Amino acid sequence: MPWSRIRPDTNEPEFMSAAVDGGLQGRRISYAEATNEALSQALSLDPRVFVMGQGVDDPSGMFGATKNLHMAYGRERVFDTPLAETALSGIAVGAALGGMRPVYFHNRPDFLLLAMDQLVNHAAKWFYMFGGAANVPLVFWACVGRGWGSAAQHSQALQGLFMHVPGLKLVMPSTCFDAKGLMLAAIADKNPVLIIDHRMNFKQRGIVPEEPYTVPIGKGVIRRKGTDCTVVAVSHLVTDAFIAAQELAGEGIEAEVIDPRTLRPLDEDLILESVSRTGRLVICDTGWKTGGVTAEISAMVAEKGFQHLKAPIARVTNPDLPTPAGYTLEQAYYIGKDDIRKAIVRTVRGQ
Amino acid sequence: MSLTKDAKRGMLRTMLRIRRVQERIESEYLKDEMKTPVHLYIGQEAIATGVCATLRKDDAINSNHRSHGHYLAKGGDLKAMMAELFCRTTGCSKGYGGSMHLVDVEHGNLGTSAIVGGGIPIGTGLGLAFQMQKLDRVSVVFFGDGAADEGTLYESLNFAMLKNLPVVYVMENNGWAVCSPTATRHCGDNVFHKGAQDRLFSAKIDGNDPEAVYETTLKAVERARRGEGPSFIECTTYRILGHAGCVSQDPKGYRDPAEIESWRERCPVCAYQSKLQAEGVVNASFLADVEAEIAAEIDVAFDFARQSPLPTAADLHKYLFCE
Repeated sequence: MPWSRIRPDTNEPEFMSAAVDGGLQGRRISYAEATNEALSQALSLDPRVFVMGQGVDDPSGMFGATKNLHMAYGRERVFDTPLAETALSGIAVGAALGGMRPVYFHNRPDFLLLAMDQLVNHAAKWFYMFGGAANVPLVFWACVGRGWGSAAQHSQALQGLFMHVPGLKLVMPSTCFDAKGLMLAAIADKNPVLIIDHRMNFKQRGIVPEEPYTVPIGKGVIRRKGTDCTVVAVSHLVTDAFIAAQELAGEGIEAEVIDPRTLRPLDEDLILESVSRTGRLVICDTGWKTGGVTAEISAMVAEKGFQHLKAPIARVTNPDLPTPAGYTLEQAYYIGKDDIRKAIVRTVRGQ
Repeated sequence: MSLTKDAKRGMLRTMLRIRRVQERIESEYLKDEMKTPVHLYIGQEAIATGVCATLRKDDAINSNHRSHGHYLAKGGDLKAMMAELFCRTTGCSKGYGGSMHLVDVEHGNLGTSAIVGGGIPIGTGLGLAFQMQKLDRVSVVFFGDGAADEGTLYESLNFAMLKNLPVVYVMENNGWAVCSPTATRHCGDNVFHKGAQDRLFSAKIDGNDPEAVYETTLKAVERARRGEGPSFIECTTYRILGHAGCVSQDPKGYRDPAEIESWRERCPVCAYQSKLQAEGVVNASFLADVEAEIAAEIDVAFDFARQSPLPTAADLHKYLFCE
């Protein structure tokens, strides 16, 4: 199926250049290679780390993210699993309690719903419920699908559900640099960390240093400075928001683009500081509107930064509907650069 | 390896200790000082006792909401347990867990889950961790017949057999899940999961006989330690008291009083005490000494719990994340 082999065919926008030594001269690799390199380095640096998941050792290697790791590190440390997400998630929790550092790959967040009991009732509770006696250092990874008729059960962006849960860290990378650095930070973390990735990210190539490094969990980053409007965007929408902002610069609107990188803990200070300068806020998420990421960030800014707002907060999300399969319906369903652009213009000019 | 007289006396002492602790909690529960749902272990003492007698300190156990017996049999400190039931800062979970969430990392009890069936995969994962680290530690999972309704048991058994994990699954079939009897939940007598004969050592035994539990578990544990894989032991027993709380809080009418009476007559603690007396392993003066020691220990533990400080609002936000 074409969507299972998305080829990296676009370079990330230049916003990465500032973050990396050597700027645009650095080594450019694909998003899958960046994730793969993080896993490989973690496996090689820490004997406690192992990678599990249905299909991690298949020829496509989870969109390339886990490709060939089993050959380098052996099938004891990189292994395929039964399709039993509930128990296997608990097994990951137990392995973490037993001194290991499991990284459990689910190729779709939809399948995480089968792991919900262990993720929400167990992993997220363990440290608190036992007064700090035992912690659960594990990483769950899942990749949102999109396109080629993936339909309602293979394309859900469920970060809103998981953002609700205290005790879980929730990470959504958007660049190759962060895909590697946040994966290494998640593996090093002493708590359960859920990384929700997106298939659209896998189209990118970007500048990624070869040596191991971490990107701090809980810290967002300004991808583009601006004065007229703050745009908070997650995952692949960061790129869409950045391009929309660049286009609008030619039309007299300077939008500031923030990539929170982590939804929980959320870098509230970064968002509030930006809104205090721009007075306007557009929030873009790959998930649904109701009770989701944009609702939470809106509420946070309304509670803590209301005095700075000069216009109503705008939200750009997919409609509150299951994802349709047909490509004409898909086209109508998904939001992108133009929707973000319109929302910025409406927020700044009131049109 | 047959049990020495000392080992038998030790098992009886553990059973008596669990029983007396449970009775004291039951008798004081209506004072409303222990503000946590207690699930008492009366009638099932032989299982935790027989199983834990086969284990080393560094072996792991994973248990459930009815966990007092497992915690104590594995070596847990009674003062820390009682302080937890009184929700004090000196409790094993510092007052964040309550009766259903006991923990004792030092003795391999890495925390108990109150989601039925939830601990089964976690215990399986501990076995995976031991195997990956090439340790000869064993992981034991305690669960009831209610948890055998859950898919996690079958998913976990499959994985343990697939990977040949050092895990012993101990099912305590006490006949009841809250107020639902096994007959309304299980199709026939199929709770006993035989598994693949070449991959799983399995046995169905009298869970009220501590020596039978010990002997069977010992085979399973030694097998696991030698790298020969998982075992499944179904222990038939009975929950003498209600699902939760004290006797007067158990709703009436869901089970036949004659059924309860017939199991009371098979009380594992009384039966084992009589057996060891008949064998000449214990006598009246030994029993009197043990009872006095246990009563004194319980008094000390209750006093300790009552006198310990309660957590305050300042403690609320501690322990969300491990730094």
